[in-house]
Amino acid sequence: MVEVTLWGSLAAAAEGNSKIEIEAKNIRELFERLSERFPRLEPLMARGIAVAINGTIYRDTWSKELPTGAEIYLLPRLAGG
Amino acid sequence: MNFDPSHSKRSFSSVGTRPIRPDGVDKVTGRARYGADFNMPGQLVGRILRSPHAHANIRKIDTSKAAQLPGVKAVLTAADLPDLTDGDAAMYDILDNCMARKKALYDGHAVAAVAAIDARTAKQALKLIEVEYELLPHVTDVDQAFAPDAPLINDTIFTTGVDPKPDRPSNVLMRSQFGHGDVDAGMASADFVVERTFKTEQTHQGYIEPHACVASVSSDGTADLWVCTQGHFVYRQHCAQLLGMDASKLRVTSSEIGGGFGGKTHVWAEPVALALSRKVGRPVKLVMTRDEVFRASGPTSATSIDVKIGALKDGTIIAADATLRYSCGPYAGAWAEIGAMTAFACYKLENVRTVGYEVLVNRPKTAAYRAPSAPMAAFAVESAIDELAKKVGMNPIDFRIRNAAQEGTKASYGPVYGPIGIGPTLEAVKNHPHMKAPLGKNQGRGMACGFWFNFGGQTCTDLNIGKDGTVSLAVGTVDVGGSRASLSLVAAEELGIDYSQVRTVIADTSSLGYNDMTDGSRGTFSSSMATISAARNAIKILRERAAQMWDIPVEDVTWEKGHAVAKGETHGNLPKLSLKEIAAASGTTGGPIAGHSEIVADGAGVSFATHICDIEVDPETGATKVLRYTVVQDAGKAVHPTYVEGQYQGGAAQGIGWALNEEYIYGKDGRLQNAGFLDYRIPVCSDLPMIDTQILEIPNPNHPYGVRGVGETSIVPPLAAVANAVSNAVGVRMLHIPMSPPRILAALDA
Repeated sequence: MVEVTLWGSLAAAAEGNSKIEIEAKNIRELFERLSERFPRLEPLMARGIAVAINGTIYRDTWSKELPTGAEIYLLPRLAGG
Repeated sequence: MNFDPSHSKRSFSSVGTRPIRPDGVDKVTGRARYGADFNMPGQLVGRILRSPHAHANIRKIDTSKAAQLPGVKAVLTAADLPDLTDGDAAMYDILDNCMARKKALYDGHAVAAVAAIDARTAKQALKLIEVEYELLPHVTDVDQAFAPDAPLINDTIFTTGVDPKPDRPSNVLMRSQFGHGDVDAGMASADFVVERTFKTEQTHQGYIEPHACVASVSSDGTADLWVCTQGHFVYRQHCAQLLGMDASKLRVTSSEIGGGFGGKTHVWAEPVALALSRKVGRPVKLVMTRDEVFRASGPTSATSIDVKIGALKDGTIIAADATLRYSCGPYAGAWAEIGAMTAFACYKLENVRTVGYEVLVNRPKTAAYRAPSAPMAAFAVESAIDELAKKVGMNPIDFRIRNAAQEGTKASYGPVYGPIGIGPTLEAVKNHPHMKAPLGKNQGRGMACGFWFNFGGQTCTDLNIGKDGTVSLAVGTVDVGGSRASLSLVAAEELGIDYSQVRTVIADTSSLGYNDMTDGSRGTFSSSMATISAARNAIKILRERAAQMWDIPVEDVTWEKGHAVAKGETHGNLPKLSLKEIAAASGTTGGPIAGHSEIVADGAGVSFATHICDIEVDPETGATKVLRYTVVQDAGKAVHPTYVEGQYQGGAAQGIGWALNEEYIYGKDGRLQNAGFLDYRIPVCSDLPMIDTQILEIPNPNHPYGVRGVGETSIVPPLAAVANAVSNAVGVRMLHIPMSPPRILAALDA
């Protein structure tokens, strides 16, 4: 079980929950569980989401493990120049 | 990928040195081939007809007269580009932007194209195309477009991110929010509050090389595209999808690039060139004019930003709040969202809230511009911070040091920071001689901080060792700022050979696995990780070959300073084998020696910078002169320090231009008034002082050498640093960028 923090707009689509406890061992599972639990998240997730684990941002490594007790924060997937 | 994180204690032999740039001679002698330098036998000239209207229904396009003009080989409209996007809204926007389908959404929107035997015929043909427009009300200003009664650009847009969903469409595409704590309570407890509204005008990246490509589609369906781009793999993907091609049948080769800064991360005319070539069966060369680059590529957002910051008497910021409105052009974007994330990222805040609104306007589709969206947010926040420091009675640098984020701080956009460099950049600036230099009459000094995330991404690299022991490194990240030199240094470092023995090239899309584009300051960060991995894979093979040559177990062979070394009592006395010797024998030990790597280079380290600017203002004319400018930035590890300094200077130069002169000026008719470098003035050498730089190295723990990206952060502080300098020089807070002479005079008269 990990605790995930959602940024403001994502929290609004997750029935107002800014923190969610969820059973997921890696980023892929986290996204799957979130979609199942909060279908309104899907358009935002389709636009792209990054995951910060203890401050390090992961955009594409969906196999990255979510350590118990880690700070896990969901962020929009951003563009750069 | 896991690396030994002991980088901070490691010493380097190649990394950190300053060899002469490998592309330098070709670039100064004119031998380098940019996008427009490529030609093919039998090629045609492509040209695009663009809307003169800001907003109009396209009722009819008659191309018959153009098609009959001698020398015209193909005429193309949206009808030749069927919608193959299969419900992908982002791709549909790209398709519609490349060639308008039902409506012209901005002055410069493509509506038709021709391919002809020469430029004169092509230009003549465009004049013969008859387009019947039905003019619609337009809006180009971000605040006017935000208003509820604004002319509607897309009646299917209902603001997302708000609850409940609006019952009527608007130009506000999306609302996003970030932050933590109780901002209202924090603000109520503040002893001092500053509240301001700031505006920035739309600017262009200002790359000197225009968009250019040559497209050649064969009758068997295979195709080649030579193009200036920041991401040829992404261009391949987009063009193939829009044209219904297999990606593997389209080979894209990137040219040298004369500047991109985010503007060459999107396709604009390339799908049109391919479609023309496919239609006529001959190569088509399409080069944008400067007018087209301004009107129809992707400038940055215009913005309007409300900032409110409260502080206690002891100088602690107790609450920070910002509402940011960013223009997107007529299509979807998430630019205010990035501004909202970066706005307060430099500070340690208990109560912070940022709200971003994406606003549609009848201007070209907004594209990324070097740390996209962050400079405008930093302008607003750092201006307010300066004003608040004065109210509190502290000097601006001590006020920032007191409130600076540090390792363990919860960032305003959410996560907790690891090791970061904002504090060290501020301390370095405080101790810099620039801060102590005297100022004269009508002169002011300003400082400001800036933040950028930096990204990694998908990366693929091949390292091939020739029979003579020299190394070819093939990477897929386009070299926009010196990465070929940096990556050669990294390969030399890992293999233990001299830099001169490595040549790095940018491979085409058929020669290497997929690579994300060079954006987000990721080129050297991500490709160096892949290069290190590839080199280590090659070293594994080199050790195996040496073991074979010695007939000993590979476990007894180590790699030290470019040589295989035998270990152990029984064969420790064997003379070591150089990379060159092992390579020479490769034909009889198993064939070619190479290292390959495909990675997702996650774990980029955020970076911070602090800048100082001295400026003189002529109170009679409003003219400004930058007298002195200093950049202090954390690089993590500077692989090639000269290029890093160049990135620092380049970002500062662009930011100074943005702060003082550059802006898109639209007339009441919604048409761009200054689509050329005479009327859109970027700084030239004589406008700028020598820009001093200081590199700090706070290692990124997620990179084997500690590298962070360096390309973008340097453009974040200048708008604010220059604005603070001008405000201090004239004694009036500057709220609107660019601070052109008329705007400075207006502020003085207000």
